[in-house]
Amino acid sequence: MTTNYYNLSPETKKRSDLDKSLDRGFIWLTKIFALAIAAILLWIAFQVGTSALPAIQQFGLDFLIKSDWNPVNDNYGVLPAIYGTIVSSLIGLLIAVPIGVGTAILLSENFLPSQVRLVLVFLVELLAAIPSVVYGVWGIFVLIPILTDLGKWLHNSLGWIPLFNSPPTGPGMLPAGVILAIMTLPIITAISRDALISLPPSLRQAALGLGATRWETIFKVLIPAAFSGIVSAVMLALGRAMGETMAVTMLIGNSNNIKISLLAPSNTISSLLANQFSEASGLQVSALMYAALVLFLLTLLVNILAEFIVMRVQRL
Amino acid sequence: MTSLFPQNSLTRSPTSPRTLFNTVMTVLAFICGALALVPLLAVLSYVLFKGFSSLSLNVFTQLPPAPFSQGGGFGNAILGTLLMVGIGAVFSIPTGVLAAIYLTEFSDGRIARGVRFATNVLSGVPSIIAGVFAYGIVVLTLTKLNLGSYSALGGGFALAILMLPIIVRTTDEALQLVSQDLRQAALGLGATNFQTVIQVVLPAALPAIVTGSTLAIARASGETAPLIFTALFSSFWPNGLLKPTASLAVLVYNFAISPFPSWQSLAWAASLILVLMVLITSIIARWATRQKA
Repeated sequence: MTTNYYNLSPETKKRSDLDKSLDRGFIWLTKIFALAIAAILLWIAFQVGTSALPAIQQFGLDFLIKSDWNPVNDNYGVLPAIYGTIVSSLIGLLIAVPIGVGTAILLSENFLPSQVRLVLVFLVELLAAIPSVVYGVWGIFVLIPILTDLGKWLHNSLGWIPLFNSPPTGPGMLPAGVILAIMTLPIITAISRDALISLPPSLRQAALGLGATRWETIFKVLIPAAFSGIVSAVMLALGRAMGETMAVTMLIGNSNNIKISLLAPSNTISSLLANQFSEASGLQVSALMYAALVLFLLTLLVNILAEFIVMRVQRL
Repeated sequence: MTSLFPQNSLTRSPTSPRTLFNTVMTVLAFICGALALVPLLAVLSYVLFKGFSSLSLNVFTQLPPAPFSQGGGFGNAILGTLLMVGIGAVFSIPTGVLAAIYLTEFSDGRIARGVRFATNVLSGVPSIIAGVFAYGIVVLTLTKLNLGSYSALGGGFALAILMLPIIVRTTDEALQLVSQDLRQAALGLGATNFQTVIQVVLPAALPAIVTGSTLAIARASGETAPLIFTALFSSFWPNGLLKPTASLAVLVYNFAISPFPSWQSLAWAASLILVLMVLITSIIARWATRQKA
């Protein structure tokens, strides 16, 4: 006896309703989770915003330009912290950008055998994996003593420059800036290197073929071509530096004053939060939330700008 | 016969300004590379040296000592870290993987572009903001309901927010690398979308997804800022999800800035364990992806 396969019509294996609804349900489920990610971002803004509302009503935009922080008579201003956030990040970038871009060039061009290059890329990435609190501990016990000696020398010999006009106290703007440089270096190196590597080889060949030296090629052809990629690397690093908390809190000295001197202690928004949040109550919590909102908006702005630059680069 | 072509016309004189500039810049690039490695070596060697000298078996099994007494350990902080990272993983891995499935498998371009953008922006949100957010959502709610306040749950929630974008991004990339042929073959055999994704696409991308989740876990276990005011700290063994909970990272912070030598040496030992945990997981994760590629 033989089975007649030809009479088995396709309709005999019709999909059951359960299968169909399972399928549709699954797609909906994944969609909800995907949209949840965007929702979380809005939720964070909403949550921080509503918690900050009492302080926003109390102080308005004056909050941004006042510089006292006084829990006793509930008077708060966040200017020193904004100043510290921006200045410490800029010091970090000032050190990290040249070294990071230089390292990216070293690791993207054929200066080294490719095996060595891979190991170095991996080592630089490991820098990013070390927890920030460990950088903080290392900074307290190793970096600060070194920088205090350097600071004494700077103060004694160059004290007439406003940047060095206070004697070093140990923690301060300079150690915080140096630790931020170390922590942002891997981001700058990794993204700049990606930008340099993804340039078409014909660019290099054409420049070298015209008789340019290796560094003329790098400066006049490769860096201009990868410029937007490098800029977005710097922006992402800036965002990271502004939000960095633990290492900075442990090294910056947490003094709520604006001093031009790099050797004086200072404060950042994130270290203000880290120091005061768990002991705050009442309007102080709201003021801290307001400060958090300012930090959130600052980093959001920087990150969105970086994203747009990356997107524009990818479309090219 | 000698060539009519001048012999030296194709070599640059080593003293010409252009070649000198070239040499100087090459030296500078090597200096940059060396400067980039100095902090890594300095931090690692110092943590290894200081950490190993204060490491002992007690560290894993005992509670933190009183300020002036010797010995003790931070078993509770190790357990607390595992607990909170576990809570974070439970929240964020399923959410992240499902969201990434939507992005690669089912979405049209506009929604996917928007969600990917949101993911990237979310990964740039400072960790302390995630902590403030978790404080508002979990700690204040628990206080209002009289169930507790600072807790492992809050800490885990904050870590989940930080892990989420990493997991979405790595899963998204892993799923995009799965060959389109596999999907077409499965659908051609009559499988539903659900069956295709669960039985064909996800298994194919699983190694990369596991790698991404491992990296997210490694990153989260070193986070301190969001835990300071969500989980706080405790000198006792973890005791329920709604109680203040110790973690390695917060222990390092609290003990390193304390004036007591016994606490400072525990902070070094805890830093060593934290660094080893993070480094070993990232090395394994990277090695695993390289093996596959």
